[in-house]
Order: sequence, then structure tokens, then C-alpha cells
Amino acid sequence: MEDKRRGRYTVCYLVLAVLLAVLLAANIIVGSTHIDLGQVLGILFTRQGENAAIIWNIRIPRLLAAAMLGGALSVSGFLLQTFFGNPIAGPFVLGISSSAKLVVALTMIWSLANGLSIGSVTLIGAAFVGAMLSMGAILLLSGKMRSMALLIVCGVMIGYICSAITDIVVTFANDSNIVNLHNWSMGSFSGTDWGDIGVMTIVVIAGVFCAFLLSKPMGAYQLGENYARSMGVNIKRFRVELILLSSMLSACVTAFAGPISFVGIAVPHLARSLFRSSRPILMVPACFLGGAVFCLFCDLIARTLFAPSELSISSVTAVFGVPIVIWMMLTWQKRSDRD
Amino acid sequence: MNEAILTAEALSVGYRGQIVVADISFEARRGQILTLIGPNGAGKSTILKTLNRQLEPISGHIRLGGQELKSIRERDIARSMAAVLTGRPKPELMTCRDVVSSGRYPYTGRLGILSADDRRKTAEAMELVRVTDLADRDFEQISDGQRQRVMLARAICQEPRVLIMDEPTSFLDIRHKLDFLSLLRSLARDRKIAVVLSLHELDLAQRFSDLVLCIRGGAVDFKGTPEDVFSGDYIERLYELEPGRYDPLFGSIEGLPAEGVPRVFVIGGGGMGIALYRRLQRLGIPFAAGIIPENDLDYPVARALASKLISVPAFSAVDSASVSEAKESMLECGGCFCALSENGRVDKGAAELLSFAREHGILRQPENLDYLLAE
Repeated sequence: MEDKRRGRYTVCYLVLAVLLAVLLAANIIVGSTHIDLGQVLGILFTRQGENAAIIWNIRIPRLLAAAMLGGALSVSGFLLQTFFGNPIAGPFVLGISSSAKLVVALTMIWSLANGLSIGSVTLIGAAFVGAMLSMGAILLLSGKMRSMALLIVCGVMIGYICSAITDIVVTFANDSNIVNLHNWSMGSFSGTDWGDIGVMTIVVIAGVFCAFLLSKPMGAYQLGENYARSMGVNIKRFRVELILLSSMLSACVTAFAGPISFVGIAVPHLARSLFRSSRPILMVPACFLGGAVFCLFCDLIARTLFAPSELSISSVTAVFGVPIVIWMMLTWQKRSDRD
Repeated sequence: MNEAILTAEALSVGYRGQIVVADISFEARRGQILTLIGPNGAGKSTILKTLNRQLEPISGHIRLGGQELKSIRERDIARSMAAVLTGRPKPELMTCRDVVSSGRYPYTGRLGILSADDRRKTAEAMELVRVTDLADRDFEQISDGQRQRVMLARAICQEPRVLIMDEPTSFLDIRHKLDFLSLLRSLARDRKIAVVLSLHELDLAQRFSDLVLCIRGGAVDFKGTPEDVFSGDYIERLYELEPGRYDPLFGSIEGLPAEGVPRVFVIGGGGMGIALYRRLQRLGIPFAAGIIPENDLDYPVARALASKLISVPAFSAVDSASVSEAKESMLECGGCFCALSENGRVDKGAAELLSFAREHGILRQPENLDYLLAE
């Protein structure tokens, strides 16, 4: 039985790796400018040629961003689900993405108005502040609300308020800035450059690595706080670590790509169903890979379906994510009904 | 004497500074079972939660192996103390083996990967609690009783010196209750574990505990061996029962007697009347019973349920005074049932009452007690 399970895990990881490779390739090859496969290969190896700039400065940074941010978002979702002991928790539904977006928008507008240019690190910082603000609000409310459903509704409300304020702010912002800001506030992987990729890689890899190191206490925490404590988990420290990590990861995503919906719920659920396990030591890498695959797939659709015009990434993740979330809530319901 | 491993001294426990139980002192010794009993809401769970560090003590000391609990590292506490709690954990997609092996947590490395030794101990613990056949089942899909045993295996796997359990037998059927507590006894004995638990089943507490802590009215009301606690009318006072409801010898409880003057007289004794007393009580028919010696099996039930009981002291023969009192009562009732078997041996007193009832034509068969209901 143990061997059978191990075999299953290996197959699952292989499937994810193959999907990842295929989608990475597809994202390089497919795009609004048609480039021959042979030409693409030539450009990849020589970095020279007619369309080298498109491949190296647009498509590759973008697909790296989609893969890493997608992975970060699903790991962040998995951490929040562990924290709340509920699979419906995620950075988007709890309003964390939206409040991060608000603070980033304010920071951008303020700095543009004052003629300052801001780096990606500052943006991540701003997003982190925003994420922590709504996380704080959610934690305060969770002390008062026993029901997870109510808490989620509150999160969605917080999300709406933040989005509304962002819209207002964007409307009153300087005309010349709006186009950029508007694009970003809808959620998009476009416009990522190599400098962003550097910062993003450091933050995401560090965050996911820390999450992986937390997989032992997370496993204990799945039996409930009290059992975890009796097994020697320092609950206070563990909770703080979970909150900081999940906020940091989703803040990083928001800073670079704006709010992206439902990835944080749908992907961990798919990963759990695929592996038939919820063991964090398996799930953290699986969520990262799965998130990368999911976002690469969605971004491919977002930029090719109605090319040359682009869809916002959130519209695509919602179309694919929402049915999964609904399916998940049905199975969750079945689980609860058994008691 | 066994080593005292977990001690409480002048401990006060409660929620948010509100004391629920004050001034608790006890010593849990290795190899012994310490049981907390007391009415609902007395604070048994609060005490256990405090021992398990779910609640901060309000004042006083808890020591583990002589060391202040607060000063010991989490991991070291976890290697000494395990718990089986109320409330059902709902881990998603975990097999029972996964749950049991989580007990190895304090012994595994940074990533919690199980070694061969951890796997062997997991298997051993499951074997001990006899849940090996559940190993590959989804933890959420087994019954409450099975879940409780899996959680015990998990705790055993943690190799504790102290085992804390809050009402561990609640979801178990009688056979598993018995198995569970027998297992605890042998665990305590063989592995030198100090078991601290709360029980609602007094009969089990009486049979399986070494020390009983009675919690009532915000304090430790009484502390002693089962022999001390389950004697006289102490339990009735602890639970504020009416006198006679609880029999400390057998640990059985009886309902309240039917109200009113006795309408039928039961000739009982030797345990043969018990079923009939209970039946009459259920139907709400007040009755008289006699003549029962105080050491008779019938006595505690008859004392609890009969509106009028004619008894004689233990080990003494039925005297003429009690016989005539019984006859008088029989006539007042206007009816008589004999619970003694017809062909069995009947003592002198009973024989006399039986023939008296026949003479007066009031002896009836208990099967025909419907006439008492018709009125």
C-alpha cells in the first residue's frame, strides 16, 4: 500500500512536470506574432535573429512570471487553507489580493504624481502592507465569527471595498498613467521585464522554500490546533509564520501581476485530488508546479484567444477556476454531511 | 511506590482569568490511572485542557518530572505527554496509519519524514490497539468508536510517560469501553505510563482507577481510592442525587419510585424481584416489597423503587414482626405478586406470605398486571 502510494506520487509529479514543459514550450512558440518553430529554436540558441526581442524580452519573461507567480499563488492558497482548516480559503476570496492591489495602486499613483520611479521591491513592500491589512481584518473577524462561510463572505466584501476604492483612485489618477494602471489592476502577466524576474525569483523561491520547511508542523496542524500543540508545535510562532509567508507570496503576485482570482483555491484542490493526499510535504511542491501549469495555460489563452487584443488573466482563471471551486465545495459539503 | 510524574500544586484553572476550579493538587504516578469524575460543567475538561496546555493555568504549578511545565521545551513535553481529546479532528485525505504515525512527530527530523523505526512503532501501536485492519482506511470514513481507538494508537505512538484523555470512552460501545480501559490498565502497568482521564461512567471509574479525583462546585471535593469514593452515599452527594438512587456496590442507578400509596405487594428476594420492580416503576405503579434482608441482591433496587419496603437486617432471620407488617401491607394493597420462582426454594417468611395471599385470594400472576393500568 505504501509502495502503491509512492508510485502514484511519482506518476503525479511526472505528469505535472510534463505539462509544465509542454506549456512552457507552447508559450514560447505561440503568440500574436507568428514565428516558425525552426526560427524559435534558432533564436533560443543564438539569441539572434529577426524576432529575438519578442522571444527573449517579451515571451520568456512573461512565461517565467506566469509560472512563478501562479506557483506562488497556489502555495499561498494552500497555506491559508491549512491555517483556517478549510479548503475554501484563499488569497482572493479573503480579500488579501484586493487590498494588496489597493495599496500598490495608491503607491503607484502617489509616486507617479510626484515624479518618482518605483522599483519592484517597493511595490512588493506596498502589496505586503496591503495584504497584512486585510489579513489583520480577517483575523480579527475570525475571532468573532465561528462560521467559515461568514468569514469568506467578509473576505469577499473586503475585496469589493478595496476594488471599489482602487477604481475610484484610478479614475481620478492622471490620464497618462491610467492605461498602465488599468491594465495592471485587472490582472495581467504582460510587461514583465528581466529585472522584475530577478526580484520575483528571489521572493518566490525563498517563500516556497520556507513553506516547504513548514510542512512538518502543517501536517500536525491538520489534526487541529490542540493535537498539534500536544505534538510539540509552537502554535503561536507557527501561526505567525503561516500568515507572513502566505501574505508575502500573494503580495508578490499582486505587485507584479495584479489580482488573480481562484488560482489559490482551485489548484490546491486539484493537487489534493490528483495525489489523493493532503500531506504538506507533497502538496507544497505539487501546488507550486500545479499553479505554474494552471497559470501558463490560462495566460496562453488570455493572450491568444482574441489576439492581438488580450484578456485579463483573472477572467480566464475565473472561467477555469470557478467550476473547480464549485465542484470542491460540493465534495466538501459531502464530507461535512457525513458527521 | 511509583514515581510521581505529573503533579499539580495549588492549581487554579479557568477561562480568561475566570476561575472554574480552584486549588487543585494531585500527583499522577507512573503506572497508575487517575480518574476525574464529577457532574457536568464541574470543570473536568478545564483541568485536562490546562494540563494539555490548551489553557494557561490561572495560578499554581504544574510539574512534569519535577520540572515546571512552562520551563520545558515544546518538543520535550511532547516526548513525555500525549493526549486523546474530545472533538473530532477532520484531517482531509489522511489514512488511519497517517494519523497514527503523526504521533511520531516529536521524534522525526526537520521535514517530519518517518524512519523505519518510526514505521515499526506506528505498526506496533496499531497492533496494540487492534486497529491494524483500519490502517489504509480514510480516517474520516471510520466510525466514532474506531476513531477513538485510532487516536489512542496515535497517543501510544508518541511514547509518552503521561497520557491525558478527556472522556475517551464516550463514543464506545460497552465491549470497546471494556477493551479500551483494560488496554489502558496494561499500558499503565507495562509501559509505566501515568494515565489521567475523565470518565462519566462511574462503574468503570470504580473498576479501573487507582486514584479518583472528584470535582464539584469549583473545587476538588474529594480525592481517594475507588474504595473510599464509591462507598456510602458519597456519590449521591457528589452528583446531588436523591438518596438511594445510586448503588455504590454495583455502580448501578435507579429511577425515582412511582408516587402514591402502594397498589400491589411484591414478594421478592434473591435478585428475582428486580425485573418486576423496574417494570412496575416504568409503568408508574407504586408498590410495596418484602421481606428483603439488607444483604439481599434485591435490596438496593427495592429500596430505590418501592414506595414501602419491609426489610430485615443483614444475616438475620425473618422475624414475626416483619411478617405481620408485610401481611398488613399486603391487605392494604389488595393485590400481591410473587416474584420467586414457583418450584424454587422459598424461605420461611416468603412461604408464609405466599400462603397468606392465597388464603385471601389476592395472589395474582405478574403477567396479568394490566388490571393495575386499567384504573
